[in-house]
Amino acid sequence: MLITINRLMVWLFTPALLLLSNAQAIAQSAERSTINMPIGVTPVSQDVYGLHMTMFWWCVAIGVVVFGVMFYSMIVHRKSNGAKASNFHDSLGLEIAWTVLPFVILIIMAIPATSSLVKLYDTSESEVDVVITGYQWYWGYEYLDQDVKFFSRLSTPQEQIYNQAPKGENYLLEVDEPLVIPINKKVRFLVTSNDVIHAWWVPDLAVKRDAIPGYINESWARVEKPGTYRGVCAELCGKDHGFMPVVVKAVEQEEYEAWLGERREAAAKIKELTNKTFSLDELVVQGEAVYNKACVACHGANGEGGVGKAIAGSPIATGDMAAHIDIIVNGSKNNPLMAAYKETLSEVDTAAVITYQRNAFGNNTGDVVQPIDILKFKQGK
Amino acid sequence: MAHGPAKGFSRWLYTTNHKDIGSMYLWFSFAMFLLGGVFALVIRAELFEPGLQIVEPGFFNQMTTMHGLVMVFGAVMPAFVGLANWMIPMMLGAPDMALPRMNNWSFWILPFAFAMMVSTLFMEGGGPNFGWTFYAPLSTTYAPPSVTFFIFAVHIMGASSIMGSINIIATILNMRAPGMTLMKMPLFVWTWLITAYLLIAVMPVLAGVVTMMLMDIHFGTSFFDAAGGGDPVLFQHVFWFFGHPEVYIMILPAFGIVSAIIPTFARKPLFGYSSMVYATASIAFLSFIVWAHHMFTVGLPIAGELFFMYATMLIAVPTGVKVFNWVTTMFRGSMTFETPMLFSIAFVILFTIGGFSGLMLAIAPADFQYHDTYFVVAHFHYVLVPGAIFSITAGVYYWLPKWCGNMYNETMGKVQFWLAFIGLNVTFFPMHFVGLAGMQRRVPDYNQFFADFNMISSMGAFLFGAAQLMLLYNVISTIMSGKKATDEVWEDPEGLEWTVPSPAPYHTFSTPPPIK
Repeated sequence: MLITINRLMVWLFTPALLLLSNAQAIAQSAERSTINMPIGVTPVSQDVYGLHMTMFWWCVAIGVVVFGVMFYSMIVHRKSNGAKASNFHDSLGLEIAWTVLPFVILIIMAIPATSSLVKLYDTSESEVDVVITGYQWYWGYEYLDQDVKFFSRLSTPQEQIYNQAPKGENYLLEVDEPLVIPINKKVRFLVTSNDVIHAWWVPDLAVKRDAIPGYINESWARVEKPGTYRGVCAELCGKDHGFMPVVVKAVEQEEYEAWLGERREAAAKIKELTNKTFSLDELVVQGEAVYNKACVACHGANGEGGVGKAIAGSPIATGDMAAHIDIIVNGSKNNPLMAAYKETLSEVDTAAVITYQRNAFGNNTGDVVQPIDILKFKQGK
Repeated sequence: MAHGPAKGFSRWLYTTNHKDIGSMYLWFSFAMFLLGGVFALVIRAELFEPGLQIVEPGFFNQMTTMHGLVMVFGAVMPAFVGLANWMIPMMLGAPDMALPRMNNWSFWILPFAFAMMVSTLFMEGGGPNFGWTFYAPLSTTYAPPSVTFFIFAVHIMGASSIMGSINIIATILNMRAPGMTLMKMPLFVWTWLITAYLLIAVMPVLAGVVTMMLMDIHFGTSFFDAAGGGDPVLFQHVFWFFGHPEVYIMILPAFGIVSAIIPTFARKPLFGYSSMVYATASIAFLSFIVWAHHMFTVGLPIAGELFFMYATMLIAVPTGVKVFNWVTTMFRGSMTFETPMLFSIAFVILFTIGGFSGLMLAIAPADFQYHDTYFVVAHFHYVLVPGAIFSITAGVYYWLPKWCGNMYNETMGKVQFWLAFIGLNVTFFPMHFVGLAGMQRRVPDYNQFFADFNMISSMGAFLFGAAQLMLLYNVISTIMSGKKATDEVWEDPEGLEWTVPSPAPYHTFSTPPPIK
């Protein structure tokens, strides 16, 4: 019985070790490993991967020695084998040896860790600066001195999340508007938050920084390979913490500049539209799309409410127009969960979503509000 | 002069007897362990497959929060206090704890604290949903209204812990039998003495941080609100100044239990007793200067990062000394593998594996990749489940015959060990993989890429849960029946607790025993 137990123990640990050593092999191939850290596409991420593997092999080596002695004793020094117990219980020499030796190993480990950390912290001489703002539950990106600013939200449809449709390859790791950065340029990320603490993480860039209200944290990446790199919010930030991915597209410099130009044009177009008068139907169509991005998480697909209040039959959505505009533009004074959308929704989108809320879910008020009214409201007229 | 226990429920309500109070602590913690386990199984059931199937994200967050809080404050800490109550007076040759009435009170406020905390799940807006670390402002400005009840419950738990610690320190320093010098005390007593000091040092810090939350929520202060001139990172500093010593509070008594069990079944004295004591004290000291390694990604200045990285790595030294001492105790012994020994050996192996991942996490640049992923979840479960849960289980099997006078069913004990051991590894080992591959903590849903290992983890979790029911059955059937245990129970074990009859009489050592 006892021998069986012993053998079982050995068998149990062998596959675990095999699996771990397999990690090395898989990570070296181009495929993304399911069991190990990605090597990544920046000098820092490759450094970090190297550190990680060095630490891992140190641990394996120490483990082999310690567990080796332990299993040797368990197999040989057992009563059923007729082992007689010795009586030794102290050895100053041994105690000193196994205090000093680990200390030396730690120093050997600390040296490369220190130099990597110094590199990771050097955010000087950046060529592109992006301000990243965490919101419940999406990201805002602003390119400093480029006049380009947009929001990036999960684009996985609710049907996939609730198992009514097959899940796509990038399930929960896809967004409507990815962050675009040029390759071979030092890109500095300035990370902050508008509400609770989030953390902006892209494993392939080895960048993880907490987004903290009132703080601006810095980090950087120099991506060497064009591609799409996916990450997530890593710090618990409330209900939809698991549903605010990060997608970074690294492209050639020319493509990056062209993209910046497109974004600026699009922004100008939206500004122009602010002066246009829309029909009820146009606003409702646009408003539904905005609702499904910005409101649905708390207020429900049918306006039935959830974390947030119900929109269907709500006194605000069926009552005074000014109060409705106020709560969307400035947020709720009583409940911080109802955020202000002053910055995050354009005038057109605000007008559209208000019109939609006032005419959908049985709130058939027939009210229409135009973008110019929203602009006037924001300007305090 | 010795008299037996009172009859009926008043025995338990009014008791000042350390054995009764110890039993109540142990039963309470086991009940909390099952409750926290049910929360864990809700989590694992939702994570069985990608997509949302069983619970909504908001409720999922309440489950992860309550699982952590109940396991830390309800299962592990009271279990160690229960063992301390039962064993410390008997190990020291003392008749009871030094402050028996306070002992009664520090137990009886606990069920009320937990009843209040768990009741928040049924309140409007739900229970705490901000993680057991309750980072502000998610736990203040953005918290559900029930957070006030959570704060009050934490205050009561803290008061209970502080009273328990004062009692343990007073007992150890004043109630030892003549001749029982400090350096003759069993290691379990030593580790608890140091743990009690840690508790007294940090529980007020926890009380302070929740009080600051309370002020922010209800009295218009802005300790943690950036918009009011406060600082959300301050919360994390204060919390982890409590939180890191708290981690060791949950492991130091475990070191003591294992240090009692391994020598018994290796039939050889513990190797390096005094170095064990010094290592425990060093770990306790270091626990106060490593807190910010939980905060490597908050944007500390590089000098801070380096300090906390080096200090954290240093913990490997005294912890290593302990592991080497246990291994050397086994070396050239005459070993048998009864259930307590199996759990203790598994403790040494798995705790060491958890220590390895801890060493990796200490490396700040690599931590930028590990932080807040399942790799961290794997790490602290490898430290806490084999560390705290396995050692408590080992202690229960080891001392149960002394407590109730009957021998437990050895075969069932061994089967239970193997189920728990396999269940634990199947649950938590794959978490290393998904964490490294990029899955973050505290999410109810994930990409299909992580599906296989999550399914394996979930199956392991249910196996582990089933093993705990077997423990419950074994303990109950041992108490109800079972063959009589001898006074020594094991073959020539060390310690005064084995010199009294089995079951231990209601009052032991009314006159102090002679100490060699």
